[in-house]
Amino acid sequence: MNKLKDQCGRRGERIFSNLCILPSLAGVLIFFLIPFGIVVYYSMINNPIVHEFVGFDNYKKLFTTVAFQKAAKNTAAFSLVSVPLSVILSMALAVMLERNIPGKSVFRTFFLSPLMVPTASVVLVWQVLFHAHGTINQIIEKFGGTGIDWIKSPHGQIIIVAMFLWKNIGYNMILFMSALAGIPRDILEVAELEGAGKWYQFVHIKLRYLSPTILFVLILSLINSFKIFREVYLLTGDHPFDKLYMLQHFMNNTFNSLDYQKLSSAAVLFSLIMIVIMAILLIAEDIFGKDVEN
Amino acid sequence: MTKRQKTKTANILFTVFAAVAALMFLMPTVLTIANSFMTSNEISANYGAMISNFTDNKKTFISENVNLKFIPDKVTLAQYNSVLLKSPDYLLKFWNSVILTVPITLFQMIVAIFTAYGFSRYPNKIKGLIFFVYIIVMIMPYQVTLVPNYLVSEKFGILNTRWAIILPGIFSPFSIFLLTKVMKRIPNAYVEAAKLDGASEFQILTKIHLPLCKGALVSIAMLVFIDYWNMVEQPLVLMKDSALHPLSVFLSQINAGDIGLAFAVGVVYMVPTILMFLYGEDYLVEGIVYSGGIKG
Repeated sequence: MNKLKDQCGRRGERIFSNLCILPSLAGVLIFFLIPFGIVVYYSMINNPIVHEFVGFDNYKKLFTTVAFQKAAKNTAAFSLVSVPLSVILSMALAVMLERNIPGKSVFRTFFLSPLMVPTASVVLVWQVLFHAHGTINQIIEKFGGTGIDWIKSPHGQIIIVAMFLWKNIGYNMILFMSALAGIPRDILEVAELEGAGKWYQFVHIKLRYLSPTILFVLILSLINSFKIFREVYLLTGDHPFDKLYMLQHFMNNTFNSLDYQKLSSAAVLFSLIMIVIMAILLIAEDIFGKDVEN
Repeated sequence: MTKRQKTKTANILFTVFAAVAALMFLMPTVLTIANSFMTSNEISANYGAMISNFTDNKKTFISENVNLKFIPDKVTLAQYNSVLLKSPDYLLKFWNSVILTVPITLFQMIVAIFTAYGFSRYPNKIKGLIFFVYIIVMIMPYQVTLVPNYLVSEKFGILNTRWAIILPGIFSPFSIFLLTKVMKRIPNAYVEAAKLDGASEFQILTKIHLPLCKGALVSIAMLVFIDYWNMVEQPLVLMKDSALHPLSVFLSQINAGDIGLAFAVGVVYMVPTILMFLYGEDYLVEGIVYSGGIKG
């Protein structure tokens, strides 16, 4: 009898926990998922007036669009460089600040300060730094080199990689610091006693405990690598030089030219790639997750 | 060298390196604040070369170089005077930012509290799937959700109103993702103990989960606030009427126009985030108890 009551109670609790999700689910459905379904539909019709089903024609057209090819290439290159870089650098900084160095908390605040500055003001500063007659070129020229017009150069992506790292490393570093603090001390002490060097400790012990955080920071960095477009856009406008032309530029411009078919297929394609990446990361989590537990 | 000396030298090296790196990170903040106390002429002289139409203005001397300048020749509050007293436009835009960002942050947090609780208790396959979908929605850059957002706003007749930005913002799943991971780490023993005392599920949420998540809630709210405080793309697409635009959009346009005021406006716009930092930095640091990973 008691067991039955317990089960009924359990059921009520289950229902409550399910109900908790409903409002958000309704919102996500209305504002993101259902309209996204319409986008998928748009990507398969010829135009919004005739509504004729054309299968994958829009996708074929998209792939042959030069602007899309360029944008996809630039975005992929940027994310492939900047995301791993931000993970590695922020982890390195966290390990460094883990040491007993003075003024640690001040440094921490400094590293977090990019979160405070309004995006537009930051862009202004970056303009000063990377201008053809700006600070970086002045420094280069002082050492006898010749400056270049960074924004219009083939090295333009350096600017956004730098902007991205500057903005995001601080927070990622904090995530790593809290993960480092969570590593059981006794394991490290045993390793120390057995004469394991710092490097050995890092690779064989710390890195294992950090692996969930690495995955987490990877995802945050991926999201933020797409958000950095805001800065790029403010820096360069609608039609930047070659190397700075990102997928988001392409989407913005096709939106402004009302080419919904092309835009929809680009959006769907992008989502598919993200789903694949996330699925891979989830599998990786299962593998590494078990590794730490053992 | 003994081992001890070695560590000491290493520590000094690391300190120097960390200090240099930290100063580089702080530089834009300092620059923005320092330059806000310069006269408009000094700013145009230093940065005018960045803006082509400025060279037409023969009255001010404009250096061909763009110079990074930290210390004003003459400290003045002239910029602030223009921003805060002379043109009410800036304060109006500031208010526009507040009226968009505060409701989004507040209600996104409320939605997140319930949803994260739902996800963290009694996990099952369907919840797992929904959570995965949320992660995908969360990763999407704004340009992908641009068309969906536009379509919905049009359908509901909220296009060109603030609701077009506020409503999707409230249901954006970012904070749910973070908060779910935090709530999943709450030891089951607490919940069981509360249940023995006869606590209902709702009471478990309010009496156990919420107090334990306080730091995380503050830190997530800060991240959400900062993100929307700096929004640029959404208002440009969803609100044609520039009178409704937040200061973040305006600030990005002022760079090209009245650069002499850009820094002071930037500082004024920074005030809420600085205050938040003063109050919440420790939360931001300690609130991070996410174990990492994806599923939590």
